[in-house]
Amino acid sequence: MNGIHDLGGMHGHGPIAPEKDEPAFHAPWEARMLGIRRGATFPPEVNIDRWRHLRELIPPHLYLSRSYYDHWYMSYVAALLQSGWMTAEEIKSGHAAPGGARRNDAMRPEEVWEAQKTRGIFTRAVATLPMFAIGQRVRARNIHPTGHTRLPRYVRGKIGVVRLHHGGHVFPDANAHGQGEAPQHLYTIAFPMRELWGSDASPHDEACADLWESYLEPA
Amino acid sequence: MSQHSHSHDDSVEMARHHHIHADLPPDPALRVKALESLLTDKGLVDPATIDAWVETYESRIGPRNGAKVVAKAWVDPDYKQRLLSDATTAIAELDLLGSQGQHMVALENTPGIHNLVVCTLCSCYPLPLLGLPPTWYKSAPYRSRAVLDPRGVLREFGLDLPEHVKIRVWDSTAEVRYLVLPERPAGTEHLNEAQLATLVTRNAMIGVAKVTA
Repeated sequence: MNGIHDLGGMHGHGPIAPEKDEPAFHAPWEARMLGIRRGATFPPEVNIDRWRHLRELIPPHLYLSRSYYDHWYMSYVAALLQSGWMTAEEIKSGHAAPGGARRNDAMRPEEVWEAQKTRGIFTRAVATLPMFAIGQRVRARNIHPTGHTRLPRYVRGKIGVVRLHHGGHVFPDANAHGQGEAPQHLYTIAFPMRELWGSDASPHDEACADLWESYLEPA
Repeated sequence: MSQHSHSHDDSVEMARHHHIHADLPPDPALRVKALESLLTDKGLVDPATIDAWVETYESRIGPRNGAKVVAKAWVDPDYKQRLLSDATTAIAELDLLGSQGQHMVALENTPGIHNLVVCTLCSCYPLPLLGLPPTWYKSAPYRSRAVLDPRGVLREFGLDLPEHVKIRVWDSTAEVRYLVLPERPAGTEHLNEAQLATLVTRNAMIGVAKVTA
């Protein structure tokens, strides 16, 4: 979707303002929200790609005005409501409706480190040979999917060169929408800054993005 | 086109649930407290597991992990070669892979090439090696301008690179995570691997700083 999250290339968001000696968390609730994200049970359809899409769907004014861990709160609440695991009344009150079932399969503290070490492997076998070779010129397709995509707007229609080939990876555009992992070859494409931003950009510099095969066409 | 319309319907349905936020208190501390209580009531989370995750990210995972990789590459040419050709395997040798850092690429800074890492679409970051990302990395100013004006961004971090240095920006749009291998600073020939690791900063491994002796 062409959402507010797709920030690459925008002006007007102000100075970067790094914080000196920034703490891990700015308030205790941020730490609790991190632990909920990592340790709570999620509806089974909420994989990493659907999670990212839920965050993209935060209304733009809230996306820009609320802090990072509040995005996580909003995304998880949206997931719980959509799955039917919670009602809006329960979220508002903080109390479970009477008579609801209680689960007993939540992650235990002693399972945390194993989860950290083993989760999040997204490479998959792909039956087809890679369509593109390292060094080949390719164009990022000028497409505008309405659902989740990892093809940023600033590269669409632009020509770059295949820099790396990563083998098969889970395809987010499908995985976010319950259409399976549908793995595809994944490549790193290097785009000259002048191709992206015109003749005022540096002739030496480039920006690389990791793009799946169906985002690309020969150029 | 059926795939796109399916996605669209699904996304509209997902977006509808964000409307609840108009009816909730603005203070996130209150909302998160209520959520944790509700999840605990329903058996969807164990508060002790939340504690364990916080402890993990506060004390077991952080930039010193990435610094170990960098320092080893500086003192061991064979390791450096393995790191640059297959970072995932080289980092696995040190048992430092993990969630949000299972598929790794290392980017070598040289006198002629400077690498800079960003995630324009969200906040992808090599957590097992660098810990939790700083707020600026996750925020709109950095995410919007790192790909458009990296030289201007680097100047905001106090790094003014000469025009002849090529800048490569790496936008983490997939599940590959990038670690910058900074240049070893001059005058560190007498330091051992552990001493070198103490010089390596998080910002240098993102590419917004150089390592100084």
